[in-house]
This record gives sequence, structure tokens and C-alpha cells, in this order.
Amino acid sequence: MRNTIAMLAVAGVVCTLATPLLAATPQEDQADFQAYFKARFPNVPEQEFGNGSYAIDPIGRENWEAIEEFPPYETSIDNGHEMWDTPFANGKTYQDCFPDGPAVENQYPRWDKDRGMVVTLPLAINECREANGEEPLPYLKGDIAELLAYMTFESRGQVTNVEIPDDDPRALEAYEKGKQVWFARRGQFNFSCASCHAANSGTTLRTEILSPGYGHTTHFPVYRSKWGEMGTLHRRYSGCFKQVRAKPYEPQGEEFRDLEYFMTYMNNGLELNGPGARK
Amino acid sequence: MRTRIRQTGALAATAAALITLSTPITWADMPEMELNGNAEAGKEIAMDRSKGNCIACHLIVGGESPGAIGPALIAIAPRFQTKEAVAKQVWDATVRNPEAVMPPFGKHEILTEQEFKDVVEYVWSL
Repeated sequence: MRNTIAMLAVAGVVCTLATPLLAATPQEDQADFQAYFKARFPNVPEQEFGNGSYAIDPIGRENWEAIEEFPPYETSIDNGHEMWDTPFANGKTYQDCFPDGPAVENQYPRWDKDRGMVVTLPLAINECREANGEEPLPYLKGDIAELLAYMTFESRGQVTNVEIPDDDPRALEAYEKGKQVWFARRGQFNFSCASCHAANSGTTLRTEILSPGYGHTTHFPVYRSKWGEMGTLHRRYSGCFKQVRAKPYEPQGEEFRDLEYFMTYMNNGLELNGPGARK
Repeated sequence: MRTRIRQTGALAATAAALITLSTPITWADMPEMELNGNAEAGKEIAMDRSKGNCIACHLIVGGESPGAIGPALIAIAPRFQTKEAVAKQVWDATVRNPEAVMPPFGKHEILTEQEFKDVVEYVWSL
């Protein structure tokens, strides 16, 4: 008995040591990830994955299309536009921080080599504000979601194109950390993101259809009927964590930024179609 | 006897942990308990969103709007043979299948011991 266990242990260590050598590159992960969902939902045209469960649920889609006729996020786009145009107390504007204008969503999240971290668009917005002597905005909802709604709307039609530069191993590390957050089981309910949004995507939790993980990042911020208002991607992350009875990470903290980096990279090639409306 | 089982268990757990360093193997055994719950009370827990919420993932005859993530809860006795086997599944489904997504209702104390016994009694009756 002891011998067998010792052998098992040795074999285990050998396997474990060998694993890093066999680890997939981000490119391979991305190909596997996208192929998985395309095989699981063979009738869904690729760009439709950006519409979440409405790509696979005809009844939900009908309601959603009706909602989209008078989009509940429209006021937020207008408010966000006004924020964009309104100078800070020092006379500068967001345009001074984002010289390419508001349509820059496809530039985020991106790896900042100087700081060795993932920079998301909401983070860049708050850093712009602080650099100009303004208070940072809370990250989950409110003003930041409205400004994001405007910038995202202006970015519609751009294509997700996250880069993981190979000249900085820390970028790969951040990607791997984000991947770990997506696949690790957590909380009292012991779910990972993948538990619901990969192997069980398309099935039903009660009457709710679980959306495929492919496409999740294309349409944020969203107006969610359940919230009755706009919310950011990290607000949705927090909600998911609470639903599985796990303590959410800090919005725009390292873990959620890395998760966004991984998830958005998985969606490379999908059109940006935010802001969105969701149930 | 009990001690020997525990030791073997611990050794096996160590070996398993070495094999899959990244996937934590659970080894919180179901404690010995008398499975004498109340099926009626268990049914309420099974349908209650904040408690067992079995209906969220499993078809249960007579339950409204069941989910479809897990298998239908029918013909339980012939499939599981013993009530204890059902209890172990509800306690922590990842023991039998590490990929199972079912929350470990016993091991993570999602249900109290009485609620757990009641649910087991109900599921066993299906």
C-alpha cells in the first residue's frame, strides 16, 4: 500500500513538474476557447456571441430586441457625452487624456509595461481625473458607467484586439492570473466562472439560460433590468462572486483587471457592441 | 479500524494532492449520522431558493420551472441503492466526480445537519 502511494506521489510530482512545459500559450488558449464555444453552439454566427444568451435564446431575444428599440442606456450615453465635453476645474477635459477621442475602447484593457500592470478603460478614466485634480469616480455604477456608455457607444464597430506582449513576462503572468480567476472554483457554492459559462453554458438554471463565456466583454457597461440602472463589467463580476457566495475582489483591483485581461483576450475578433441592455 | 481508515485516507489525499497540485482535492468526509430526516420538510428546502434550491438545476416531478444543469431526480433508490450513497452525493458531489458543479451542501455547511438529513430523506423518496 505504502509503496503504491509513494509511486503515485512520485508520478504526481513528475506530472506536475512537466506541466509548465506543456502549458498552452495565450494564442493556443484563445483558439481552444473560441473553438469550444463554436462547436457547442454550431448555429450561432460568430459575431452573435457578443449578444450573450440572446444569441441562443429566441424568446429572450424577442424581448431584448423590443427593449433595444428604445434603449434604456440612451440617457446614459447623453450624460456621458456631457461629461466628456465638460472641462475639469483646471480647464482641461477628458480629450486631453485621450487624444484619440472617446472611441478608444479597443485600446483597452492593455498592458502597461512601465508600470507592470493591466490598465483598463475605467482605470484610465480615473487616473485622468486624478491627474487633473478631480476626485476618482466609484467604479461600479453611476457617473463612470455613464461616461463609459458614451465612450463605448462611440467605439461601436471596433474589434476586440487585446495584445499580450511577448517582450514582458509579467504580461503573460497577469494573463495567467486572470485565467486562474476564471477557472478556479470559489465560494460556499464552489463554482468557477467556467462552471456556469463554459461546460453548462446554454443550459438552464431555473428558467435562466446561462450565457456562453465567449462574448462576455463586448457590451459593457450594460443597463441591467435587474439593477434598474447602468453598471460596469466589474459590477457584474462582483454580482457573480456574491451569487456563488464568494467575497468579491476589489473593483479595478489586480485580480479583476487580470480577469478582464484574460476574458477580453479570449474575445479577440469580436466586435465591440456596447453599451448593452440585459435582463 | 477507524484510525486505519483515516490514515489511509490521509495518505491517499496527500498522493492525490501531489498529482493535482492545482485542483484542491476535498477530503472532508461526511460524518457518521443517522439518516432519519423528514421528507416533507426536505421538499420545502429543495424548492427554497435560499436553501437547497435543488429545483434550480434538477427536474423534480411536481416542481415548478426546473433547471436542466443536473440530472432529473427520479428513480433515486434504484440508481443509488442506499440512502447513504444519496447523502454522500448531497454532502459533496465532487468526491464521485471532481467535475461536478453541484455545491457541496454538507461539506460547505450550506445546509444545517437537520436540513441536510431532511433533503436526503426527500431525495431518497423520489
